[in-house]
Amino acid sequence: MLFLRLPAVLLSALASLLIAGSALAADLPALVGSLTTGSFGDRETAVGALATSGDARAAPILEALAAGQLYVRQSDNLVLIGKTDGNQLALTEAISGKSAGTGAEAGLDRVRVNNRLRGIIEAAVGSLTLMSPDPAVRRGAAEALFKRRDASSLAALDQALAGEKDARIKRSMSEARAASVLASDAPAAQKVEAIALVRERGDRDALAVLQATAASSDGEVKDAATAGAEAIRQTIAAWEVAQNVWYGISLGSVLLLAAIGLAITFGTMGVINMAHGEMVMLGAYTTFVVQEVIRTSAPHLFDASLLIALPLAFLVAGGIGILIERSIIRFLYGRPLETLLATWGLSLVLQQAVRSIFGPSNREVGAPSWMSGAFQLGQLNITYGRLWIVVFALVVFAALILLLRKTPLGLYMRAVTQNRPMASAMGIRTPRVDALTFGLGSGIAGLAGVALSQIDNVSPNLGQGYIIDSFMVVVFGGVGNLFGTLVGATALGIVNKFLEPYAGAVLGKILVLVFIILFIQRRPRGLFALKGRSVE
Amino acid sequence: MITRFLLQGMDRGLRLFVLLVLAIGIVLPLLNQLMPPGSALHVPSWVLQLIGKYLCYALLALAVDLVWGFCGILSLGHGAFFALGGYCMGMYLMRQIGSRGVYGNPVLPDFMVFLNYKELPWFWHGFDQFWFAAIMIFLVPSLLAFALGWFAFRSRVTGVYLSIITQAMTFALMLAFFRNDMGLGGNNGMTDFKDILGFSVQADSTRAVLCFASAFALALGLVISAAIVGSRFGKALTAVRDAESRMRFLGYRVEGYKLFVFVLSAAMAGLAGAIYVPQVGIINPGEFSPANSIEAVIWVAVGGRGTLIGPVIGAVIVNFGKTWLTGALPEVWLFALGAMFIAVTLFLPKGVVGLWSQIRTRGATRKARAPA
Repeated sequence: MLFLRLPAVLLSALASLLIAGSALAADLPALVGSLTTGSFGDRETAVGALATSGDARAAPILEALAAGQLYVRQSDNLVLIGKTDGNQLALTEAISGKSAGTGAEAGLDRVRVNNRLRGIIEAAVGSLTLMSPDPAVRRGAAEALFKRRDASSLAALDQALAGEKDARIKRSMSEARAASVLASDAPAAQKVEAIALVRERGDRDALAVLQATAASSDGEVKDAATAGAEAIRQTIAAWEVAQNVWYGISLGSVLLLAAIGLAITFGTMGVINMAHGEMVMLGAYTTFVVQEVIRTSAPHLFDASLLIALPLAFLVAGGIGILIERSIIRFLYGRPLETLLATWGLSLVLQQAVRSIFGPSNREVGAPSWMSGAFQLGQLNITYGRLWIVVFALVVFAALILLLRKTPLGLYMRAVTQNRPMASAMGIRTPRVDALTFGLGSGIAGLAGVALSQIDNVSPNLGQGYIIDSFMVVVFGGVGNLFGTLVGATALGIVNKFLEPYAGAVLGKILVLVFIILFIQRRPRGLFALKGRSVE
Repeated sequence: MITRFLLQGMDRGLRLFVLLVLAIGIVLPLLNQLMPPGSALHVPSWVLQLIGKYLCYALLALAVDLVWGFCGILSLGHGAFFALGGYCMGMYLMRQIGSRGVYGNPVLPDFMVFLNYKELPWFWHGFDQFWFAAIMIFLVPSLLAFALGWFAFRSRVTGVYLSIITQAMTFALMLAFFRNDMGLGGNNGMTDFKDILGFSVQADSTRAVLCFASAFALALGLVISAAIVGSRFGKALTAVRDAESRMRFLGYRVEGYKLFVFVLSAAMAGLAGAIYVPQVGIINPGEFSPANSIEAVIWVAVGGRGTLIGPVIGAVIVNFGKTWLTGALPEVWLFALGAMFIAVTLFLPKGVVGLWSQIRTRGATRKARAPA
């Protein structure tokens, strides 16, 4: 904001000008005309009149004037804005905003300004933004004034408040006004009233205002300000907790995505799939390939790239999963430790294969437009990317629950999980169910890879970072229980984020690991153990 | 009596094998020291260093095999015990540098001066004495193994759950040791060692002695393992591996058996790490990475779990392959290692040693059939 640098004296001068200027109410061309003629005093009046006119076209003209870029053409007295463009000036007509080609400085008179006028112009531009037709600009101006808390902006704010229709902006302006009142020498009663208004706002800026007030005043006002600051501190602390919970949920959703496929394969088959992380990696690389193809052949589809990548990643990872099950894992049932070693070997092979094909360095996966940016919810800062990943994790989770509960495949899978020999005796083709389950778990890992490609580096080592965390989640939540996985992932995510501010990211993670190690001792079958009568 | 106890578990093959290990540990260093460099029989010191390294790996593999092959505990965290032993030795070696470091501080190692330490952290005291470090080399890994095993075995955490816990343990330790404020060198670890027991670690004669020490430690490990496995205790151990619940129902305190062998194995791994560090000249948190521990498991699997010779042979074969392949075809190494994991579990559940005895029995039955 230009007027942030403006001395208070000039602003109060502006305030009086504003009131005087509102009586003039002349149209823009006439005012602009009077800007270029007459004494500096007359010009000051004209600037004030322009400021109160609230005409959006006035702002660039005033800015040009302050920068010494406003010219009058000698031939027809037309006012022009000239921006330096090499040796020439790129000219635009000041009032209409039309381009007037380029020209040399000869034949043009520069409108002169002095420092006093420059100051008044800056303030005028500021108040023009307070009355700008664009609501966002008005709001920004009000917010800036709130942080500035200057008694001299009171008049401008009063005037703007009178004309404001938008309730939210009106609120911002009255808060800014309250902050200005607190900085002025208004009577104590008014100040206490203002403190109440600022206190309701309840964010860090409000806290700063109240702290400053408490430091510079005494008596009734000081008490009110101190109490208000304390209340705001509590509000902020509550929001901080909420923000940590959100970060925790966000981390939890990532853990959930990575672990949920593992929960299926581990739960159903008792198979430790060490190559699970590599399935996630394959999903991420599928996204990369899809985006590359889209970039070269159909750039307009880029926003849909993730949606296209989802089914493909599911098929690629799921297909490879079934292949692995048929070629390796089915020979190792009943020998979980050997499966662990074989799948670890497999993960090495997959990593090296991807490294040989795509190279060892990180690959660039872009974010579609609907996943970038952020929004404010109260004092929470929520990025769209994270929000979509949380939503996606929940959707995948819900879909999986439906699949397990409502489809024949789900029924078979549950039966095999609970009692394999019995299920087999009832005529369920357990090898087929095993293959499909493994494919499903791997496919979901592939889906997770699409989501994780948005927040992590897509490199051959992508999967390794998640494998231990995923195991922790599954073991913590309880094997063979998807809700356990959901609770486990969210709990671990939140605990991790709450530890981070106190212990640092690495130590927090170590503490979580130690906690899980101890937890498994207490409940070796996890948070929600599957009840059954089978002995291991 | 102790000798009888130690020798009772050894059959003829194992006795020969221990003698072979000792012979390697004696003859190669002697050839290095006594033969002139030009002679055909001269063993260059890089070979000694390599052999010493392999022997340390073999001892680590033996430790893994003791718990996995004989007691059914698949530990994916033995690399952590190895690294802890290594760190204890590293701390001793760091203190021996004295004022010869880059910063020339007589007490503080270089990295501490660099990180603005004012005085030695409490856990560094005593490491200037070799005897103290030597005790710590066994004590620190044993204590960790005891703490972990005490909780885990008592609450009957078994199978893959235990594997995951041990993996989480080594992962947590890796993260912890990467931190600079641990006071253990952070991500750079410890290096630039000068002396061990007053002898320069760079000298050929020291290398020769270290190579012998590796062979001796391995032979000792083999003898002790054989004694344990061959005793009544060892029989119970194998029974725990095969039918843990049944042993419990029979009245054995299963967790005691497991805990003892787990702690012993951790101490062996610690010793291996301690001899390893002066030979490679560096110890850093990378040694804690879960991948290292799993690699140690594959040495055992390749050689043959449940045998004492197997892990030694497996460790040497795999590491020789690694040395050769990472030099000749670096791209291929991970493919080969991965394929080895898969192939061994699928086709060679008893490892190379198992394959050898399979061939021998097949040959024997053929011979037995021939006259008929």
